[in-house]
Amino acid sequence: MNKTCLLFVYREITVSIAAKMNKVKKRFLLIPGILFILIPFLVFSGNRKNEAEIKVVDFKQLQPMLQQEDDTIYVVNFWATWCAPCIKEIPYFEQFGEKYRDRNVKVLMVSLDMANQLKTKLIPFIEKEKMKNEVILLDDPKFNDWIPLVDKNWTGAIPATLVYGNGFRKFYPQELTLAELEEIVQPLLAN
Amino acid sequence: MKQFLILSVLVWSVLSLNAQPIAVGSVAPDFSLKNIDGTTVSLSDYSNEKGVMVIFSCNPCPYVQAYEDRMIALHNEFAPQGVPVVFINPNDPVQQPADSFEEMQKRAGEKGYPFPYLADEEQQVYPAYGATRTPEIFLLKNEGNGRFVVVYTGTVDDNYQDAAAVTVPYAANAVRTLLAGNTPDPATTVAVGCGIKAKN
Repeated sequence: MNKTCLLFVYREITVSIAAKMNKVKKRFLLIPGILFILIPFLVFSGNRKNEAEIKVVDFKQLQPMLQQEDDTIYVVNFWATWCAPCIKEIPYFEQFGEKYRDRNVKVLMVSLDMANQLKTKLIPFIEKEKMKNEVILLDDPKFNDWIPLVDKNWTGAIPATLVYGNGFRKFYPQELTLAELEEIVQPLLAN
Repeated sequence: MKQFLILSVLVWSVLSLNAQPIAVGSVAPDFSLKNIDGTTVSLSDYSNEKGVMVIFSCNPCPYVQAYEDRMIALHNEFAPQGVPVVFINPNDPVQQPADSFEEMQKRAGEKGYPFPYLADEEQQVYPAYGATRTPEIFLLKNEGNGRFVVVYTGTVDDNYQDAAAVTVPYAANAVRTLLAGNTPDPATTVAVGCGIKAKN
């Protein structure tokens, strides 16, 4: 729920309550009334992703997300804020995610930024780009252990994208455009 | 003819998308590249060494920066024993200005690189090695008669974030094994790195 909507609702409630009271009661209830509006406003302000929304995981925690068994097509992108070709394709993944969200396609953006730069680099980047896809930070330096588990031919270069679901599984160790994403996923959709 | 051309472009593009480092045991491709001091450095310049550690590296990549001191340390430890390091920057400076020749000279100067820092200007060397990221190490053993063979490909160690938390120093182990006359194990490792920027 965005803050404009909340503000409107609270305004309506307090105005209608105030209209029914006499002056004395109004003064009494003024301060709690203001607090009643302000507190939720402060708590819910903004749509911005905050630290609590960006999970930091190691590979053991990430792995199940690369192996879900349901009707969804998963598009898992490996990227980092400092990786120029990764940044270039973020808008494509955002447009793609937006377009296919209601068609059982889930985009997961796995950031390889350093965990100690979550607040200084990753979150500001997400806000600036207004990213809506889910972002998760993979903090696991044992690269040689987990990279082959994502794909046995992956040499570790990013960006790279894994697409799986409905019996399909393919790894793309390359940049992808919006057109390429659609070309890959459309044939996999039931409808 | 046209169909053949189309087919070979398709095959080439598929192959380059799934590029892999050349197999351990392969003969290492020769190179002759410009060093930051203007001289040319070739693989054959290392004919009197026991081996050479070729590292594809660049200026802006955080993984290079995380490993820079450790790569310099590898040279300082093993060059006196006959296995020096040589850096090759494979990136296209047009698309990545941070990897221009001037920036390479600046970086090498700031960090006091004790080894050559070469520019793969034609971008022929890194595809010949199958390098896909920076940093990426190719440890070569000198078999004599101008022949160098790949004995290890991969990364420096198992913890880019924290040198004190390293449990397996892959590259150092590989060099020690080479010097002892044995084959490195693991002979290949992988790590996250910055993709190489090819010319358009």
